Amino acid sequence: MMDAPFWNREIETADRSGIEQIQLQRLKETVGWALKTALYRKRLGHVGINSPTDIKSLDDLRRIPFTTKDDLRVSFPKGHLAVEMGEVLRIHSSSGTTGIPTVIYYARNDLDNWTDLLARSIVATGSTSADVFQNMMTYGLFTGGLGLHYGAERVGMTVIPIGGGNTKRQIQTMKDFQTTVLHITPSYLLHIHSKLGEDGIRREDLALHKAFIGAEPHSENTRRKLQDLLHIDAYNSYGLSELNGPGVAFECICRKDMHVWEDAFIPEIVDPKTGEVLKDGQEGEVVLTNIVRRATPMLRYRTRDLAFLHPQGCDCGRTHRRLSRILGRTDDMLIINGVNVFPSQIEEKIMKIPEVATNYQIHVDKKGALDRLTVKVEIYPKLFLGEVSKLEALKHKIIEELRSSITISPGIELHEPGSLPVYEGKAKRVVDERPKD
Amino acid sequence: MGKMPMLRGLMAKQLTIFVENRAGRLKAISENLHKNNIDIRAFTIQDRGDYGLLRLIVDKPSDAYLALADVGCACALKDVLAVSVPDQPGNFSKLTSALAASDINITDAYGFVLQPHKTGICCMEIEQSQLAKAAQIVTQAGFVVLEDEELYRL
Repeated sequence: MMDAPFWNREIETADRSGIEQIQLQRLKETVGWALKTALYRKRLGHVGINSPTDIKSLDDLRRIPFTTKDDLRVSFPKGHLAVEMGEVLRIHSSSGTTGIPTVIYYARNDLDNWTDLLARSIVATGSTSADVFQNMMTYGLFTGGLGLHYGAERVGMTVIPIGGGNTKRQIQTMKDFQTTVLHITPSYLLHIHSKLGEDGIRREDLALHKAFIGAEPHSENTRRKLQDLLHIDAYNSYGLSELNGPGVAFECICRKDMHVWEDAFIPEIVDPKTGEVLKDGQEGEVVLTNIVRRATPMLRYRTRDLAFLHPQGCDCGRTHRRLSRILGRTDDMLIINGVNVFPSQIEEKIMKIPEVATNYQIHVDKKGALDRLTVKVEIYPKLFLGEVSKLEALKHKIIEELRSSITISPGIELHEPGSLPVYEGKAKRVVDERPKD
Repeated sequence: MGKMPMLRGLMAKQLTIFVENRAGRLKAISENLHKNNIDIRAFTIQDRGDYGLLRLIVDKPSDAYLALADVGCACALKDVLAVSVPDQPGNFSKLTSALAASDINITDAYGFVLQPHKTGICCMEIEQSQLAKAAQIVTQAGFVVLEDEELYRL
């Protein structure tokens, strides 16, 4: 057994029965909080769970129905809030499949627990307080930025809260402060690499050591390529705002897939069609129960991510099971440079614009290292006035409407009526030309 | 000052067609017009990168509009100020000066020589609210505004 670094060795190497004891205790508490919410009160009652004492073993988890993103949409804004607003210290939200966002509330202890999980994750990679950390993920309502920010501060790293974008400034900052650790999406990291040397700053001028890469699925090949190109170690990170944000699962120094922190989350892999719980090693939909969050209890949340749990232990000595990298989705969600985009969000906005006909297409490809999203629409003949200024204004209007919903600015292409493909039956609205390495 | 000359007929119409910027689009439109016995007098394209606006002066603009709309084209008929300009040096300058003096903005224009050393035609897109005034100014400056039938029959 190697001498791996730990934030909390006792918990991280606890034996299975120790972990399960903790899980059972925390599941009971979580059910207690959940029963205070409109979202869970009735549905738990229907399966005979009206108090925490009705949870007698971890097997009782399977009696609880799944929670879906739609459930959170219906319960927006406060149907899944288990405390008074006065106790809520932070609100994060992410886009929904339609206009209604998903909101997660954090009480003081919830934030503390979340931060601790990130600190644990960061230390597992071998990072220390001596590191200089450049947090290149978006700050704001998105959980990726603030989540790692507070985790890194707790570890004692020197934190540069630079956020995303402005590549020149990112590279200059890496040089000025001799950044050692990055938090970034894999596609943006590739883009950074392609820009090195442009302003006279070469890789040799930088002190990069590690990157925490997340927010978009990527293959082992991509990780290896990033490591080879940049001479760094890249660590895969998994999370979703419904379950706090980053810090659900993280790679240790072995970099052989991500440990799920099982004293904080109960992971299940289920058959997406039947809901049957599958064995370790079998691929299915990741379902997560958060057992350390009071303000927004989350029971058996269907992530729609496909993956499997490793049955074997890890050389680092941790007993928390490893989750494979995400292998796909059960729905049609796209990830564009780390941002989740649902085709239905685009459709909802386009259908509201009268100058655009109802046939449209969503096109995704690569421009260099970055993803590029283009929405192709047909103009509506009856409202065509023959003026360029109006057409350009229409393009801008479409971009603004879409950006308000999906947060990124797509390219817009105007097409002649009847020129985009038409489908019998279900339309193939999305053309994704990105290589699947 | 005297009476302002009035327009007797309708303002000339230009056919504007939305076209994607790729091979084959002009062919498709010209074939359609030919099939429907439409005669093209002038054309120009306003290129906007991925698309363009094809502007045509044809002999039967309403028929052309219907023929194109029938096959799903996005097209429109726009009023244009079509001015007959004697083909001698200095006349284009005289025309544009007259309009500028009254603060009329020409948003788009194209021109062609009809009969060398005799007549040229200048087609101008002018904002609707200024169009009637522009016609009067141009007439006062000594130019002839071609109304619809006059332009198409050239």
